[in-house]
Amino acid sequence: MGAIFRRELKAYFSSPLGYIFLGVIYAISGFYFWYILANQANYIQYVFSNMFTIVLMVVPLLTMRLMSEDKKLKTDQLLLTAPVNITSVVLGKYFAALVVYIIGVSSTIIFQIVLATFATPDWNVFLGNYLAIVLIGAALISIGILISSLTENQIIAAIGTLAISLFIWLLDSIASALPAGFEWISSIFSSLSFMTRYNDFVSGILNVSHILFFVSFAAVFLFLTIRALEKKRWS
Amino acid sequence: MIEISNLTKRYGQKLAVDDVSFHVDRGEILGFLGPNGAGKSTTMNILTGYLSATSGECKINGIDILEDPIRAKRSIGYLPEQPPLYLDMTVKEYLGFIYDLKKAKQPKSAHIKEICEVVKITNVYNRLIKNLSKGYRQRVGLAQALIGNPEVLILDEPTVGLDPKQIIEIRSLIKKLGKKHTIILSSHILSEIQAVCDKVVVINQGKLVADDTTANLSHNMSNDHRYTVLIDGPENEVYRSLCGITGMKDVNLLGKREEGVYEYSVEAEEGVDIRREIFKRLAERNWPMLGLRSSEMTLEDIFLQLTKDSGGIK
Ligand SMILES: Nc1ncnc2c1ncn2[C@@H]1O[C@H](COP(=O)(O)OP(=O)(O)OP(=O)(O)O)[C@@H](O)[C@H]1O
Ligand SMILES: [Mg+2]
Repeated sequence: MGAIFRRELKAYFSSPLGYIFLGVIYAISGFYFWYILANQANYIQYVFSNMFTIVLMVVPLLTMRLMSEDKKLKTDQLLLTAPVNITSVVLGKYFAALVVYIIGVSSTIIFQIVLATFATPDWNVFLGNYLAIVLIGAALISIGILISSLTENQIIAAIGTLAISLFIWLLDSIASALPAGFEWISSIFSSLSFMTRYNDFVSGILNVSHILFFVSFAAVFLFLTIRALEKKRWS
Repeated sequence: MIEISNLTKRYGQKLAVDDVSFHVDRGEILGFLGPNGAGKSTTMNILTGYLSATSGECKINGIDILEDPIRAKRSIGYLPEQPPLYLDMTVKEYLGFIYDLKKAKQPKSAHIKEICEVVKITNVYNRLIKNLSKGYRQRVGLAQALIGNPEVLILDEPTVGLDPKQIIEIRSLIKKLGKKHTIILSSHILSEIQAVCDKVVVINQGKLVADDTTANLSHNMSNDHRYTVLIDGPENEVYRSLCGITGMKDVNLLGKREEGVYEYSVEAEEGVDIRREIFKRLAERNWPMLGLRSSEMTLEDIFLQLTKDSGGIK
């Protein structure tokens, strides 16, 4: 797992992909931060509440090549015939993406430190928010790695991941827009909502069941990725 | 060392490998011969644990690849048909990664250096793989298989797409490696297998058609009785004269090669050597013989012979 993790991490920065990802995240989150400063507010949650939409858009960049590139280059033959199990291949790649993601969203730590120089910030609220955005990323990346394991085309992987992420983003709106008679679907959709959970974090509520939700969500998708790779051998 | 029993693989309806069994002993180089689509790569992919068989089993060193894949894979070095290279890495980074991936035990930099010397890639050690030529990429692929010094090497068409000089180099390299490793080498070139391997397994349309030593196979199928002759002389008369030789089975005019020079393919009856007789006849009439060579046996000939001559099939 360590070897794969290190290779993937390096690969992000030997291609423009890692820089584009970080660049976009820093630019947009920086813009919102500048907006706070300009309005002389001490309200880091403003950045975080917009961060959700940003990461939704850029996580596919991070995950699109994770599995599909190996399929295309046939390096999957290398990984799957090496004396390692599929789980560590998937986890190695997953954590490499997660680390780059965390480097991206950690721009908020700097924002918070800047804010701290002219007001006393609430570090607990910040940590809750930061945890939330990391958890959202952990879940989105797990979706991305699954989609990427299903195709050898990076563009399709990216678009597929984006589509599912947008669907998740819209879950609440869809749930409330469904006509009468579909309440059961609405309730399923609402119970899967990323948005309500995220907003809870942002408004300072630290709910352990929310944390568990995102962690298990990622675990399920990683498991499905492993199954998808295993199933391919039998096709 | 390697045991394959009743291996069958279906892709949906398509039967790619059909009840194939053979074994390779320690220290042997086995040639795995078959035309395109015979099922060579499929068999190798199953043997290395990349694909799962529909039925049958593969054992490496007595370890079943399905039951204990990690332990079985530790003793395999695999060069797939398309070398599995990360193009955005340098040779150095790539081999370092493979070393870590395989959790090799040898001292790292000395081990990698030694392998680079063996496959002659030391001079491109710091280059990006995407900038290497086909031949060098193939060598890096081979280096990758050698890392960790696995007992078994599985090489899928290692010389395909190389120039003649490189082909000879890689072949002699494989022969050298055969002293310390057990090797399965696939190819669709008969002469390559004859040059390198002790034993040969022939597969066609997923079915095993021969399993023998290389010496036996070429002996049983030798076609010393077929030649191509180049003769300077009037075509019709030469043709008639050749047909008149006792023991001659068949004469074919292949075509005009130079002004007044024609090429013929001749086939003698089993066990008859007609070369001297041909020379005598031509000398009598003063028709110079410009060339005589025995026709090479092609893979197709082997299949034809193996499938028609049931004695050859095991
Ligand atoms: N993923 C797949 N799905 C369906 N059929 C396949 C697949 N892979 C291979 N086949 C078929 O299985 C048969 C055996 O293929 P295989 O690649 O093992 O042949 P090969 O002996 O390696 O040929 P070559 O000399 O061209 O490399 C072929 O008929 C091929 O079309
Ligand atoms: Mg093949």
